[in-house]
Amino acid sequence: MSDTSANAVAFVRTESVPASAPPVNAAGPVKWLKDNLFDGVGNSILTVLAFVAIFMILSNTMPWVLNGIWDAPTLAACREILDGTTGACFAVLSERWNQLLFGFKYPSELYWRPALAFAMLFVAFAPVLFFDLPRKLLIFTGLYPFIAFWLIWGGPIFNPILALVGLIVGYVVFVRLEKTSFAMAMGVGIVSAAVVWSLSKFIGSDSAILSIGYLETVPSRDLGGFMLNMMLGVTCVSLSLPLGIALALGRQSSMPLIKYVCVIFIEFIRGVPLITLLFVASVMLGYFFPPGSGVDLFIRVVIMITLFSAAYIAEVIRGGLAALPKGQYEAADSLGLDYAQATRLIILPQALKISIPGIVNIAVGLFKDTTLVSVISMFDMVGMIRGPILASTDWNGVYWELFSFAALLFFVVCYGISQYSQWLERRLATDHR
Amino acid sequence: MTIITDPPKGSFRLSMLLNDSRYRSLTLQAIAAILLALAIFYLANNVVTNLQRLGLNIDFSFLGAPAGYDINQRLIEYTSQSTNLKAAFVGILNTLLVAFLACIMATIFGVFAGVLRLSNNWLVSKLMSIYVEIFRNIPVLIWILIIYGIMTVVMPAPRAFRGEDAEAAMFLGISAFTNRGVYIPGPEFSRIFGEMGILSAGIGWLVAIAIIIGSFFGARTVTRRATRIQEATGVRPATLVTNLAIWFLPLIAFFIITGLTFEIPELKGFNFKGGIKIGAPLIAIWFALSIYTGAFIAENVRAGIQAVSKGQTEAAGALGIRPNRIMSLVVLPQALRVIIPPLISQYLNITKNSSLAILVGYADVTATLGGITLNQTGRAIECIVLLMLFYLTISLIISAVANFYNNSTKLKER
Repeated sequence: MSDTSANAVAFVRTESVPASAPPVNAAGPVKWLKDNLFDGVGNSILTVLAFVAIFMILSNTMPWVLNGIWDAPTLAACREILDGTTGACFAVLSERWNQLLFGFKYPSELYWRPALAFAMLFVAFAPVLFFDLPRKLLIFTGLYPFIAFWLIWGGPIFNPILALVGLIVGYVVFVRLEKTSFAMAMGVGIVSAAVVWSLSKFIGSDSAILSIGYLETVPSRDLGGFMLNMMLGVTCVSLSLPLGIALALGRQSSMPLIKYVCVIFIEFIRGVPLITLLFVASVMLGYFFPPGSGVDLFIRVVIMITLFSAAYIAEVIRGGLAALPKGQYEAADSLGLDYAQATRLIILPQALKISIPGIVNIAVGLFKDTTLVSVISMFDMVGMIRGPILASTDWNGVYWELFSFAALLFFVVCYGISQYSQWLERRLATDHR
Repeated sequence: MTIITDPPKGSFRLSMLLNDSRYRSLTLQAIAAILLALAIFYLANNVVTNLQRLGLNIDFSFLGAPAGYDINQRLIEYTSQSTNLKAAFVGILNTLLVAFLACIMATIFGVFAGVLRLSNNWLVSKLMSIYVEIFRNIPVLIWILIIYGIMTVVMPAPRAFRGEDAEAAMFLGISAFTNRGVYIPGPEFSRIFGEMGILSAGIGWLVAIAIIIGSFFGARTVTRRATRIQEATGVRPATLVTNLAIWFLPLIAFFIITGLTFEIPELKGFNFKGGIKIGAPLIAIWFALSIYTGAFIAENVRAGIQAVSKGQTEAAGALGIRPNRIMSLVVLPQALRVIIPPLISQYLNITKNSSLAILVGYADVTATLGGITLNQTGRAIECIVLLMLFYLTISLIISAVANFYNNSTKLKER
């Protein structure tokens, strides 16, 4: 049969034709270009416009950046080197980097201390941010605030150690009594911590114990630059998180008094701009402390920014609490858990997980808002640029280099945090999609 | 049979205050009330003691005293002899002005960038994501300073416009961009309101706005009538020409009757005269707030459009609706429900962030009441309390609008 047909027909192809390459405009980069850039007249016009925009931006900035001078003592000298050509005077950065990062009063031989504290910040945050790391690292996270305080402000190591011991004692007492009653354990814990802290009264100012581990003290008005932004950001976010949780729970409370106190507080703080709260910190908050206590500006600012971000975090967490199905609350009740247990074991872990993106947004916003302290004449990064550096005779008129540097630093930090948040969201997504 | 017993009566023990759920919340609230009262008393006591020690008191009479400083950018009559209260009022109007302008511009930027970010065009959508990321992640304070720097350092001084071969030229011959601000042609009504002095332009514009509002209602009536006829007969009468006439004819007639002319700014002496001057600080704060908040609005717009499920578009297509009608009848109404609430909260942010104007010397309420008045009179507590009250009022009004909108547009289910 096959023989006859093979003979009957003059030519029969026995193997299939090899697949030919697709037409040039249906595959590869050409297709990609056609689909993504030149898909129709309107899109082609947009593409051309976009190219023109990119070209204009790059042609105006690239010579300026690439032709930059990195080594000159003053702006005048830098302009002389440039000799009329376009170019940036990045020399201001190489000359004043220390002021931009640490402020102009922090003793330069002590820069290693905040730098070390900054490096340790990453180690301290790592176990909080990445769950796969060994949990033992959390011990370091707990110790970090005390180490950082000691490194940045200096003074005897005794103070942070006493504070730490007080906290540990309080915590141990709390854990011991927690079985009986949450509220009582909390109260007794706080009291016992306070007792330990009050021991410092019995140490004389010339006691030998104060000379152990003594670092040269740096008053907080000498802090400045990007370090100040980082410190305010990290401290205020960390402090406002527990406060925000408490406010959110208070706002959900069935007790009208507690609920309305929380509502009024949150709505008040959210209704006024941060700058007015900073005014409060700089000129008004002092009146609320006992006469003669002289709380320094840094602490007053930390208090106000913490209250500010706590109100916003509370709203985000309230969103998380509201998003939990009612069944979760009922299930906790039916298991016989009391309010503290149900909140800690069932409600908050889920609500916080839902709120993470919002909390990170608030944290990024807060970090950006720390630049506002320059308005109340604290010398943070922006304050340094506007004040000491631009006002100096050497560098009067160097705007773009300084602001680009500040913008770059903030961009790196904020973009990094938001990328982390997106990663975490994907990581925590336990629902199947 | 089960017997429902009453809870035991009369045997009230002190421990029931904490352990009995009937009394516990009352106990806790009583404790909270006592603590709160103690805290308030403690703080108030500190304030009173501190004020006494410094020989200060709380007194609002400084509001009636002459302010003693000048304000460049003002919408109402003000001299340095006016009262502090009036200075605060000038500041309030300036805050509202810059907030209003920035809200409009931020919406334009945001919608533009948000829609383009969803474009099929790879390059354009990438460019827009770069815009959003750059502007969202850098403090608005730095943007304000950068744009203020552009306005004051890069722009030519007024004297650059002088002479035959001037270094700078006026834009289209009618506007001048100088380092002191932008001068644009100012509209003037040469007839009718001409003799009424300083307020004439103001009244003219109020009438013009009234006419525009009237046109809006007129046009709405026409559209509604067209819809009614369409629902009754199935044929929609043409409304385009009528609507255009209602929108533009009265306004044009008004302008012709009152003799609208434009005064073009001219270089006289060391500065430009005539026309409207928009100061560099106003432009800096306006533009910076718009472009910064625009990046946030762009994200809201993108999220809103993406929130409308594709099935909606496809279903509308299956019904035979044309693509642009699908956008306006199906996608947009649903997307707006998602977009508007965060948009309103962005407007609130703009209003609050406008307080940063103090940084570039724009005389908003924070700069007048919370800045110069506070420093000159030393009335810190009074000034800050008033300032907070103002912002709080604005916030509550905006929140009320947002709540009203949410309630009127939320999905009516069951």
